[in-house]
Amino acid sequence: MTAPSLVGSAGGVLVLVGALVTLSGGVGLLRMPDFYSRVHAAGLTDTAGVGLIALGLILRAPDWGVVVRLLFILLFLLLTSPTATHALAQAARRDGVRVWTDGEPRR
Amino acid sequence: MLLVAAMIGILTTMVLALVRALLGPTLYDRILAVNMFGTKTVIFVALIGFVMGRPQFLDIALFYALVNFVGTVAVLKLSHYRELDAVRSEEDVR
Repeated sequence: MTAPSLVGSAGGVLVLVGALVTLSGGVGLLRMPDFYSRVHAAGLTDTAGVGLIALGLILRAPDWGVVVRLLFILLFLLLTSPTATHALAQAARRDGVRVWTDGEPRR
Repeated sequence: MLLVAAMIGILTTMVLALVRALLGPTLYDRILAVNMFGTKTVIFVALIGFVMGRPQFLDIALFYALVNFVGTVAVLKLSHYRELDAVRSEEDVR
C-alpha cells in the first residue's frame, strides 16, 4: 500500500467510526429514560461523531483548501456544540425539569 | 463507497432524532432532537460534498453549523423568557 492510499483508508476508518458513534447517539436519544440522560447521550456523541468524521475527511481531502474548511467546521463545532448542549440543560434545569431516579416510570 | 455507508448511518440517526422530536414529552426533548438533527445535517452536507467531488459544499456546511447554533440558542431564549428581546436581569428571572 502506497502512502496516499494508506492515509485514505485510515481516513475511511475514521469516518466509519464517526458514523457508528453518531448512530449510537441516535439510539441513545430514544432509549434513555429522561431528558438529562438524553442530553448526555446526544450532546456527547454529537461532538465526537462529527469530530471523527471531520478528521476522517481531512485525511482524505484532495487539497489544502478543503482541509482548511474542514478544520474551520471542526473547530467551530467543537466550541459551540457543547455550549449549546449546556445552555439547553441549564434552561431545562431552570424550568424545573426533574431528574429521573431509578424506579420512576420513563419520562 | 465508504462515505456512502457513513451517509446512510447519518441518515438513520436523523430519522431517530426526528422520532425523538415527535415523541419527546417535554419541550426541551424537541429542542435537543432538532439541535442534533442540525448538527447531523452539517456533517451530511460535508459528506455529500466529498462524494460528489465539490469542495464548495463545505462552505454550506460551515454556514449551516453557524445558523444551527444561533437558532438553538434563540429558541432556548424564546422558550425561557417568552419573548426574544427580554432584558436579561436577575429580578425578571422567574
